[in-house]
Amino acid sequence: MKRHLLEAADLDRDDATLVLDTAAQIDASLAGREVKKLPTLRGRTVVNLFYEDSTRTRISFELAAKRLSADVINFSAKGSSVSKGESLKDTALTLEAMGSDAIVVRHSASGAPHRLAQWVKGSVVNAGDGTHEHPTQALLDAYTIRRRLGRLDGVRVGIVGDVLHSRVARSNVGLLHTLGAEVTLVAPPTLLPVGVGSWPVEVSYDLDAVLPKADVVMMLRVQAERMNASFFPSAREYSRRYGLDARRMAALTDEAIVMHPGPMNRGMEIAAEVADSVRSTIVEQVANGVSVRMAVLYLLLGGTPS
Amino acid sequence: MTILIKGARPYGEDAADILLKDGLIVTVGEHLEVPRAEVVDAGGLIALPGLVDLHTHLREPGREDAETVETGSRAAALGGFTAVHAMANTDPVADTAGVVEQVWRLGQEAGLVDVVPVGAVTVGLRGERLAELGAMADSAARVRVFSDDGQCVADPALMRRALEYVKAFDGVVAQHAEEPRLTAGAQMNEGDRSSRLGLAGWPAAAEEAVIARDVLLAGHVGARLHVCHVSTAGSVEIIRWAKSRGVRVTAEVTPHHLLLTDACAESYDPVFKVNPPLRTDADVAALRAGLADGTIDAVATDHAPHAVEDKESEWAQARPGMLGLEQALSVVIETMVEPGLLDWRAVADRMSVRPAAIGRLTGHGRPLAVGEPANLLLLDPSYRGVVDPAALASRSRNSPYAGRELPGRVVATFLRGTATVMDGKAQK
Repeated sequence: MKRHLLEAADLDRDDATLVLDTAAQIDASLAGREVKKLPTLRGRTVVNLFYEDSTRTRISFELAAKRLSADVINFSAKGSSVSKGESLKDTALTLEAMGSDAIVVRHSASGAPHRLAQWVKGSVVNAGDGTHEHPTQALLDAYTIRRRLGRLDGVRVGIVGDVLHSRVARSNVGLLHTLGAEVTLVAPPTLLPVGVGSWPVEVSYDLDAVLPKADVVMMLRVQAERMNASFFPSAREYSRRYGLDARRMAALTDEAIVMHPGPMNRGMEIAAEVADSVRSTIVEQVANGVSVRMAVLYLLLGGTPS
Repeated sequence: MTILIKGARPYGEDAADILLKDGLIVTVGEHLEVPRAEVVDAGGLIALPGLVDLHTHLREPGREDAETVETGSRAAALGGFTAVHAMANTDPVADTAGVVEQVWRLGQEAGLVDVVPVGAVTVGLRGERLAELGAMADSAARVRVFSDDGQCVADPALMRRALEYVKAFDGVVAQHAEEPRLTAGAQMNEGDRSSRLGLAGWPAAAEEAVIARDVLLAGHVGARLHVCHVSTAGSVEIIRWAKSRGVRVTAEVTPHHLLLTDACAESYDPVFKVNPPLRTDADVAALRAGLADGTIDAVATDHAPHAVEDKESEWAQARPGMLGLEQALSVVIETMVEPGLLDWRAVADRMSVRPAAIGRLTGHGRPLAVGEPANLLLLDPSYRGVVDPAALASRSRNSPYAGRELPGRVVATFLRGTATVMDGKAQK
């Protein structure tokens, strides 16, 4: 493992598999225990440095670090020195001077975790940067797929929606490709990046053509600010062409699963009856997120078995 | 002041002695002996006309923490320049005779290069109504180049009027070609890399569409148009087409667009953030070819100093722009001379003769010949050195060439017969 986890490309196939296997071991060792805590990172300090509001991701990382017995500090940009104009670099140096061993960073600027990694000695974990990557989300998605379907190699994954602005999509494309899955991106052409031709994926504009061949359908959230910027004519039209409703879900094979990184726009990209169906892994993804993040922190801070 | 330069090779050709006196080149010959002349041993050095930059940001007034007219002038002299055009996007904006005269006077006081102010096209660079272009032209600064650089004159009717209006005093509008509706929030060249890095894309078409529009307008009204920092292969094609049709268009390319590509953005280090952005290998090749065949008239630095805190940040938060004056000639040697695309006479043409002509500067861009103004530089072409930002004369440190080995070193620069640089050191 590298010292930092900044993007999916930091993980080769062995590293990625190691994270998933470690998460599985952690799950197994905690299963049925009343006290869900391991002593592995006692005395280590993990800082959650969040420049964007993201309660679910922050809580997931916080829980992961606490279950490994690390000391956890939550540093939210709001109401801190950051809102008084302190630079990312100064914040990073301050946290390091206080003895942080790892910084988990969420930032609205793509590449901010890369900058941070140049300034601090400890590990940096990217918890989502701008429209770039969100590697632990991809890891938890891969872990969820592997648990449900038993494999990743050759699994056909459709990622549907706003790929252009999605860090979840970028990380999943990279990681799933590394792990041998076959990814098809499905979106209106306005929501696909110009350079998508160089990605290791298939591209389709037609959700109905992709669904019967998919083992996994991953629905992306459509942000409200896209609605009035001519990426598509209207929310209704988007939903008709790219939303996953019960009728479309019926086109899936029996084993196929439906994923969503959350938070969902029910009725927009995903219908309520789909989100709540047995195919849906959405709640499971949340639970798996904690295990996978424990594995990441353990491997970065606790030392690798290899 | 009499200076005898011994054994320099004008334009890289046969060695000659050059005698400078009273601001002029008074003799060019062999084995000159002149009593009481200060002798400069220039054996092995190439003599070129003093360089002229059409595009420099000196930041004064307003951001003296990033650069001043004096520090920028020193950087320019060390780069072999004898004249630089100071862009108008200062604070206050150079949109009145008062501000351009202030910049001009600061340049005179620094006395290291001729600082030629550029006037803003529109009041406050806001793109709404014309600044008093005639007043700036008639001022002591004698402004001939007008630009809203940093901003595009996006309104086509306003651009047409500006092109027409400056004909009255033989001015030229230097356009920063960027369709703002296509580049809202843009961070880097739009392509494979931007899509992977998750940085909002700046499409080539946003530059090319404005250039295409402007050459049509310039042709229609018979005005002079200059295109700033051309960065794409498509732009070169459009300018080549316009020139073939007789449109009075000229164009510049920056050193960084001749050397660097958007691969630099992979580091997320904003020292590589610039507007227009670094493009692809194919664009770099087309820019070099365009400069070689003369489609692109000039190399202009777009020297853009920024304070450390404006660059040591997240990419999206950093200001665009990079230093260029002190390494411009070295980059041209690396990208154009060493690959055989330009000889030394052509270097003089693209970095001195043509930019001076575009700016209507009569005392610069002149040949190295008897009776001409003694504006020249001496270059050591055999030197290779690693760029150290801390060693630069600019007040800022945002050099994209940090740690890179580049060829060539300016040993001396003369402004009207006086050494502004000697032994690679600024003389004041």
